[in-house]
Amino acid sequence: MKATIIERIEDKLYQNRYLVDTGRPHIAVRPHLSPSPNLLALTQICPAKCYELNEIGQVAIVSDGCLECGTCRVLCEASGDIEWNYPRGGFGVLFKFG
Amino acid sequence: MTKSKFDAIVIGAGMSGNAAAYSMASRGLKVLQLERGEHPGSKNVQGAILYANMLGAIIPNFRDDAPLERHLVEQRFWLMDDSSHTGVHYRSDDFNELKPNRYTIIRAQFDKWFSSKVREAGGTVLCETTATKLARDQSGRVIGVYTDREGGVILADVVVLAEGVNGLLGTRAGLRDMPKPEHVALAVKEMHFLPEEVIAERFGLTDGEGCVIEAGGTISRGMAGLGFLYTNKESISVGIGCLVSGLAANMENPYRLLDAFKQHPSIRPLLAGSEIKEYAAHLIPEGGFKAIPQLFGNGWVVVGDAAQLNNAVHREGSNLAMTSGLMAGEAIFQIKSRGGLMTKRNLSLYKGMLDKSFVMQDLMKHKDLPSLLHTDSHNFFMTYPTLISQAAQNFVRVDGAPKINGEKATAAAFINARSRWGLISDAVRSAVSWR
Ligand SMILES: Cc1cc2nc3c(=O)[nH]c(=O)nc-3n(C[C@H](O)[C@H](O)[C@H](O)COP(=O)(O)OP(=O)(O)OC[C@H]3O[C@@H](n4cnc5c(N)ncnc54)[C@H](O)[C@@H]3O)c2cc1C
Ligand code: SF4
Repeated sequence: MKATIIERIEDKLYQNRYLVDTGRPHIAVRPHLSPSPNLLALTQICPAKCYELNEIGQVAIVSDGCLECGTCRVLCEASGDIEWNYPRGGFGVLFKFG
Repeated sequence: MTKSKFDAIVIGAGMSGNAAAYSMASRGLKVLQLERGEHPGSKNVQGAILYANMLGAIIPNFRDDAPLERHLVEQRFWLMDDSSHTGVHYRSDDFNELKPNRYTIIRAQFDKWFSSKVREAGGTVLCETTATKLARDQSGRVIGVYTDREGGVILADVVVLAEGVNGLLGTRAGLRDMPKPEHVALAVKEMHFLPEEVIAERFGLTDGEGCVIEAGGTISRGMAGLGFLYTNKESISVGIGCLVSGLAANMENPYRLLDAFKQHPSIRPLLAGSEIKEYAAHLIPEGGFKAIPQLFGNGWVVVGDAAQLNNAVHREGSNLAMTSGLMAGEAIFQIKSRGGLMTKRNLSLYKGMLDKSFVMQDLMKHKDLPSLLHTDSHNFFMTYPTLISQAAQNFVRVDGAPKINGEKATAAAFINARSRWGLISDAVRSAVSWR
């Protein structure tokens, strides 16, 4: 038997504690016409599914559920595809266990 | 912030930062430690196995009050294909010793405890404070840091960069490169809660005993990666990590990999009925010896994950972090106490200590393994696990056919999949990089 129950990422993130710094996102995507391969990869590999493709084929970010892992930074900061910072001290994800 | 100058500023209150801050504060240095989390540990993720010797070298009586979950008596290594696992289990009552060698821990709790020791030793710990930039004089020497709090630069003789694998300060200042996608693994992890008795029963444990499982094979879908399952007192940490380069090339989704791992017929019964209370993600430095950056310069040293001091082969990181932090602290104390300045030349003492320790020697030993696994990941994580499972099944299954048929089938499967030359070359290269 190979049943796979796909859990939704929203349900996973819902377990976590966050202190969102409203109006001050810590990651920004550079405006682009079509995404680079690495930027496109983020829509799949970001563990919090922060990156999504919009209707016109561009990559957009909503960083509220961000786990601050740095994967997108490692892939896309050097090329300038994204701008990455830590949230201000105390804000962002607050692991209860880690 | 006060205008006074510190002997040292430590960036980060993880394993390496706490070790460095504690070792300096307890020797009477004036230490400021900055941590961006709400409290130490609130940003940190680990499996997590704690190695007692390395912590004991810093705080000998840690067992009196450190938050420890279980001491490990059993380790399982599983090679998995989609429906099976072939395992090596090692269990010994020797690990039920007076001072156990390894424990499971929960980082958010452990880091808080470790940090309380820094405060007790007289260090100043400032949480909810992100260091934003290094301050340097005209010669380039590091003289302090800026933070996201009010006030200007905070000055110190030396800055200890204990900022973890994703450290911004050192990379932005050009002191080291940003980690490459093939040198870091992305790990995702969940905390599954179950009653203590249920965990004990499922894993055959009594009292404070613990068991851990490390699993490789088709679960990482041909990418270099590993799954893990660690028993805590009332919870199980379960996760999987794969190289970022592999995930990007294959457009794989890490939480789907984790879900598939949890659904594997060998794992699912161990987690049945549990309540999930957290989902986390973190990078692990896996570049090994060849990815280690410059470790010291005028007015600064770098320790722990920020310096890629992580032994991916043995799944050790926190102990290398603690040991490098301790050595950086000791080196700084020694330089200070003989009236020396925190120059590059003097701080090379830290590197000298590290070179002599297990940290550099272990990383040196496995220096070729990361690139081998990276370039040959499909064979190591797809082909071999599947073949080994078939071989085991051929051996075990009793079906009335002569045994020789099964053995021939096994040999043929290996050669078909990899060719004789491929098998020999993989074996030789693995042996050489392991030696
Ligand atoms: C899933 C997983 C499983 C692991 N399992 C094990 C295991 O079983 N055993 C083991 O030994 N190792 C394990 N490791 C590795 C281990 O966690 C690391 O090697 C160790 O935590 C490194 O310690 P560190 O102090 O260098 O970095 P970290 O523990 O990451 O600490 C860095 C600290 O710096 C802070 N910080 C960063 N930038 C700033 C800034 N600008 N201003 C203020 N604060 C800042 C962060 O908030 C953080 O507290 C695992 C890692 C992961 C991700
Ligand atoms: S840091 Fe990690 S969780 Fe946050 S957006 Fe980037 S990849 Fe996603």
